[in-house]
Amino acid sequence: MLLQQQRKRSRIVKMADSGVTDGNEKKGDIERAKNEGKELTKEEKQRLRKEKKQQKKSKEKKDDKAIQESGKETKGDSSAVSAPQPSTQSTAQKVPAPVSVPAPEAPTPAEKPPKSKAELKAERRARQEAERASKQSKKGDPGPQGAVSKSKAATNELQPVKRLPEHIQVDNPDVLKKLAKKLERQQTPGQNSAKKIPLRLDYGYKVSLFSHLHQYSRKAPLTQQLSIPSTVIHPAIVRLGLQYSQGIVAGSNARSIALLHAFKQVIRDYTTPPNEELSRDLVNRLKPYISFLNQCRPLSASMGNAIKYVKKEISNIPSQCKEEEAKRKLLFCIEWYIKEKIILAAKAIAESSIEKISDGDVILIYGCSSLVNHILCEALEKNRKFRVIVVDSRPRLEGREALRRLVQRGISCTYVLISAVSYILPEVSKVFLGAHALLANGYVMSRVGTSQIALVAKAFNVPVLVCCETYKFCERVQTDSFVSNELDDPDDLIVTRNGQTHLEHWQQEPPLGLLNLVYDVTPPDFVDLVITELGMIPCTSVPVVLRVKNVDQ
Amino acid sequence: MPGPDKETDLTERVEAFLSDLKRGGSGAGPLRGSAETARETTALLRKITAQARWSSAGDLMEIIRKEGRRMTAAQPSETTVGNMIRRVLKIIREEYARSRGSSEEADQQESLHKLLTSGGLSEENFRQHFAPLKANVIEAINELLTELEGTTDNISMQALEHIHSNEVIMTIGRSRTVEAFLRDAARKRKFHVIVAECAPFCQGHEMATNLSKAGIETTVIADAAIFAVMSRVNKVIIGTQTVLANGGLRAVNGTHTLALAAKHHSTPLIVCAPMFKLSPQFPNEEDTFHKFVSPHEVLPFTEGEILSKVNVHCPVFDYVPPELITLFISNIGGHAPSYIYRLMSELYHPEDHEL
Repeated sequence: MLLQQQRKRSRIVKMADSGVTDGNEKKGDIERAKNEGKELTKEEKQRLRKEKKQQKKSKEKKDDKAIQESGKETKGDSSAVSAPQPSTQSTAQKVPAPVSVPAPEAPTPAEKPPKSKAELKAERRARQEAERASKQSKKGDPGPQGAVSKSKAATNELQPVKRLPEHIQVDNPDVLKKLAKKLERQQTPGQNSAKKIPLRLDYGYKVSLFSHLHQYSRKAPLTQQLSIPSTVIHPAIVRLGLQYSQGIVAGSNARSIALLHAFKQVIRDYTTPPNEELSRDLVNRLKPYISFLNQCRPLSASMGNAIKYVKKEISNIPSQCKEEEAKRKLLFCIEWYIKEKIILAAKAIAESSIEKISDGDVILIYGCSSLVNHILCEALEKNRKFRVIVVDSRPRLEGREALRRLVQRGISCTYVLISAVSYILPEVSKVFLGAHALLANGYVMSRVGTSQIALVAKAFNVPVLVCCETYKFCERVQTDSFVSNELDDPDDLIVTRNGQTHLEHWQQEPPLGLLNLVYDVTPPDFVDLVITELGMIPCTSVPVVLRVKNVDQ
Repeated sequence: MPGPDKETDLTERVEAFLSDLKRGGSGAGPLRGSAETARETTALLRKITAQARWSSAGDLMEIIRKEGRRMTAAQPSETTVGNMIRRVLKIIREEYARSRGSSEEADQQESLHKLLTSGGLSEENFRQHFAPLKANVIEAINELLTELEGTTDNISMQALEHIHSNEVIMTIGRSRTVEAFLRDAARKRKFHVIVAECAPFCQGHEMATNLSKAGIETTVIADAAIFAVMSRVNKVIIGTQTVLANGGLRAVNGTHTLALAAKHHSTPLIVCAPMFKLSPQFPNEEDTFHKFVSPHEVLPFTEGEILSKVNVHCPVFDYVPPELITLFISNIGGHAPSYIYRLMSELYHPEDHEL
């Protein structure tokens, strides 16, 4: 009790003044706590540090210097703190992990009201012992999952601060510095800092509207900067990262399945180091892999959800479980996830969709969605008579792949480019679209051009059906295609026609920019129906499904 | 002898023009701007007027109609040819009427009174011979040619009235009129242009390089991203191939999508089109409206295995209904789409709508 009161007082004192000396006070606080016999785990220290940082930020919102200072402070602080406490910290490896966590949290604007902090603190301490491991895993993953996992954790309590993912803050130099430092620190124990995950550099002139996003060149893959042999990253992950960045593995289902298979390989090759628990160490081992993959190509929503699931399963392994059994269990969990969420879901969706396809239909599809192709092939097996119009767009030209697959199965197809959509639409009876993710406000995030097709279909009164598995549902909200998107290699837009390449020297003309967007968001009023394995729902029911899923888990 | 030589010379010119039209045409072939086509057609018609044998206005009109039918048949999608022929026919009618002494307005008015009382005026057969008619007609055609030469400048002069600073303007494909329009505005104002590349011909690339050479900040986007970036666009300025009689457009493919996206975001759509693009065609003619080019632009022959099993379409034009258009800017000023029918009745005579 005394300790808690002391802490409250010191916290209130801190709120009143600017916290340059915070670090020392923190240290004193912690020493006091230790002396009074309360067992302070590393997580508690982390939490304290985080709280103080957020308090500081709420006073000095736009003071970058203070944030940087505090960042340096905590690093100095933690190294000072960790030194006199060898008992709680088994290896030096634990130090990088908590330090890396405050670093990406630094740029987040803190908006917690001071009053709730005390309540939160009390609640948290009560639950700390029971949910220690899962809290660590959730807190420990930065990046796009940050916002998702945070909001998930907050369903039963007051909403904590949502973290802005790093990949949409490229125009903030502090964020980039923090990312560089984080990549340096994410390494397996015992390695020197030369073997770190490289930072990928942006390429070419970026259109000013999108200066907050990364733009990489496909000709400079990240793997060129890796030393050989790279003991930091598992070779399966390196291969996967290269496949992502070169576009060999594309499409959200394919990427998720490839990721899960790579994780299975990692788990198979994993051995617990001595004095370590599998549940904690494996999660920490996965962190640098995820950063590396993020650098190769920003993670998709489906991948984010898969990673969350894997981390949760790992951290739920009981500590007395033997290594072989634990690995077997994990492999089984991953296989179950793939089977249930992707393969069986596709079957269920195909069954519901086939009811919507009648004989004589002319169906329009866009690009190459594995789910939509699966549905059409299933419908053909069930002897429905229909024909398909495949719409394609530059520069990816994914529709050709879909065209090949459908023609091989014997479906009669027509092929046009997206600029001819208003010519071909009067013939169409239904439009089937795939999705990359479904956002919580009902918007559909999909390949760029999908919203256009939905718009023109609406103008011609043609029904638009979106097919999406529930594991792609995500908690983010977005209203336009600018804030969170992906910029592909701008050189893809260059084309040679009649022997002339007009855009060949676009880099030498400063006012000229090329924009190669990957995703766009479709407003829910253009979409008539979403077909999921849970049934056919309107676009606006996505948050309901998310809530039901959370309650189930 | 000078007579037959002139005639053979004339027929040679006409044949050369016809084969040029057949080979050219918008899209795939060597790009020939509509302004150039209009000028060449008018020059050729002037030559026909000067050198062909005719005694009365009726004869001349017959000759011009015959040549005109052949020219429009050579390239139906090139409507400026037909438009110029109709303009010249209208000129001949006016000059004839002026020589006869009757006022033009009386000729044109279609009041109820006229319908009931007059009988003779509508049976005008243009058989009277007037000596100065030839000179008058040639002079009027020269005026038409001067007007044609100044159209692009007249349109560009209006640029500053419509573009303010720090705007984001979107356009599609390549239009010389719009290029001149934007370059003129860029002399005084700073703005940003987004060009949709307009696959498969990708003429937007050339437009973007030309604009960036003029110092305008340009961005090239793929067609698929039109709706995605539309929320940040202030105005859409496009050119067109033809302006139809109902105020709609026959423009390059992808324009309808652009117009729908602009409507959704309530962005004004401005069409820069000189008067010679105005055509008395309506969009209902299913067979003649669309023009298709080789599908290998869309699905190249390298995809040989599936080519034979797939239907591939490559339309060149799009129909844009007049409800989606906000403003027409032409060399005689700005008009709403609902006013186009009136302009047309001033340019062409109703009997010339069918050549």
